[in-house]
Amino acid sequence: MDIGTVRGLITAALFIAFLALVFWAYSKRRKADFDELARMPLEDDPPVKEQGSKTP
Amino acid sequence: MTATHYNDKVVRQFAIMTVVWGIVGMLVGVLIAAQLLWPDLLPPYSFLSFARLRPLHTNAVIFAFGGSALFATSYYIVQRTCHTRLFLDKLAAFTFWGWQVVILLAAITLPLGMTTSKEYAELEWPIDILIAIVWVAYAVVFFGTIALRKVKHIYVANWFFAAYIITIAVLHIVNSLAIPVTLTKSYSVYPGVVDAMVQWWYGHNAVGFFLTAAFLGMMYYFVPKQAGRPVYSYRLSVVHFWALISTYMWAGPHHLHYTTLPDWAQSLGMVFSLILLAPSWGGMINGMMTLSGAWHKLRTDPILKFMIVSLSFYGMSTFEGPMMSIKTVNSLSHYTDWTIGHVHSGALGWVAMISIGTMYALIPKLYGREQMYSVKLIDVHFWTTTVGVVLYITSMWIAGVMQGLMWRATNADGTLTYAFIESIKSTYPYYAVRLAGGTMVFAGMLLMAWNVWKTVAGRTTTADSPVVQPA
Repeated sequence: MDIGTVRGLITAALFIAFLALVFWAYSKRRKADFDELARMPLEDDPPVKEQGSKTP
Repeated sequence: MTATHYNDKVVRQFAIMTVVWGIVGMLVGVLIAAQLLWPDLLPPYSFLSFARLRPLHTNAVIFAFGGSALFATSYYIVQRTCHTRLFLDKLAAFTFWGWQVVILLAAITLPLGMTTSKEYAELEWPIDILIAIVWVAYAVVFFGTIALRKVKHIYVANWFFAAYIITIAVLHIVNSLAIPVTLTKSYSVYPGVVDAMVQWWYGHNAVGFFLTAAFLGMMYYFVPKQAGRPVYSYRLSVVHFWALISTYMWAGPHHLHYTTLPDWAQSLGMVFSLILLAPSWGGMINGMMTLSGAWHKLRTDPILKFMIVSLSFYGMSTFEGPMMSIKTVNSLSHYTDWTIGHVHSGALGWVAMISIGTMYALIPKLYGREQMYSVKLIDVHFWTTTVGVVLYITSMWIAGVMQGLMWRATNADGTLTYAFIESIKSTYPYYAVRLAGGTMVFAGMLLMAWNVWKTVAGRTTTADSPVVQPA
C-alpha cells in the first residue's frame, strides 16, 4: 500500500468518525440527557439565599 | 472525606489579579501605540524601546490578564459543575503564586532584552521550566477535581478547559525545547524552517486553545448563567468542540505564506483555516442563541451586553481570519497593520470583553454581593470599550490595506512607486486613531478597577460558599 492510499484511508476514517459523532450527538436517545446538561449552569446556586441579599 | 465548601479563595485571588494585570498590560499597549505615533516619546533607554516593550505588552495581556481570568473561571466552573471542592488546595495555591512569579519574571527579563525571539514564547528557558511545572500542577488540580465529581456527566465548559490545559502543555513544552548556553540565553533545538513551523504550530494553537477554546469554556458557563437560559443546543456544543480542536491543530502554516515553508504545507494551512469557520461559528451561534427568549435582558443588563458583543467580535474575527489565510488575500495583508487589527478584534473584542463581562458577573458572587457596586458604571465601561475597539480595528484595517497596496505598487518600468518610509508617513493619522481607541479601552479598565474596589470593600463575606448537592 503506498503512502497516498494510507493518507486517503486516514481521511476517510476521520470523516466517518465525524459523521458518527454528528449522528450520536443528534440521535433521539441523547436528547433527554443533553437537555438536562444544557441546564447545568442554572442549577448550581444554593437553593436558599444565605447572605440575605443586601443590595446598596 | 467529602469537603463541604468550595475553594473560593484561589478564585478570588485570580479574579482580582485579572483586573490588575489587565490594567498593566493595556497600559503598556497604550504606551507602545503612543511610541509608534511619537517615536521620541520616552527617554532613549533600551528597556523603554518599542521592541522591548511590545513582547511585555503581549505577554501581559495574554498570559497575565487572560491567563488569570482563565484560572479563576476554570477553577470556579469546574467546582460548580462537578459539585465538589477543588482537588488539593495547596497545589491550587501553588498555581496562583507560581503564575504570579512567572509574570513578574517576564516583566523583568523582557525589558532587559532576554528573549528567545519566538513570538508569544519569548521567555527564556528557566522561566519556561517554571511555566511547565505550574501548568502540570494546574492539570493535576483540574483533572483531579473532575475525577472527584458528584455527577455523571462532565459539563461542556470543562471539556473546553480540559482541551486547553492539555494542549497548552504540549505546545509549550515542544516549542520551548532549547539548548541552554547561559542562564539567560538558549537556542531552539529546531533548525531553520522547521523552527518556524514549530513556532507557528505553537503560535496559532495558542490562539486556538488559549484564546479560543478556553474562553469558550468561560462562555458556556457564564452566558447561560447570566441569561438565565439553558445552552441553546448542547448537541451543537459537542459537535463544534470536536471539530474545533481537531481542525485548529493544522492551521499554523498560514502564518508562513510565501516563505520557504513547502508550498503544500502552506496550502494545507490555508484549507484548514477555511474549514475553521464552521466550528468557530458553531460556538458563536450557540452562545448568541442561548439568549433566545431573553433578548429583552440586553436592554437592561450591561454584563450581557459585554458577553453578546464579545460573541459578535468572535464571529467577526473568525470570519476575518480564514479570509486572511487565503494566500492571495494574505499577500496583501501579511506584515501590515491589518494583522494587528485582526488580532485586536479577537483579543480586545472577544477575549477581553467576555472576560470583563464574566468578572462583573463573578466578582460580586465571590464577595457575597448581589451585584457590582455600580451597574451604571458597567454600562459606561461597556460603551467606552465598544467604541474604543471599533476605533482600533477600523483604523488598523484602513492602515493595513493602504500599506499593502503601497508596498506592492510598481511603476511602468517595474520600480517601486513608494519608498517604505512613505507608507509609514501615511499611517500616522491611523496610529493616532488607534491610540485614541486603545486609550478608551484602557480608561474602561480603570473604571472597572474602581467598581471592583468598591464592590470588594462592601463585601458581606469572604468565606467559601457551601458545595451544592446535585439535583
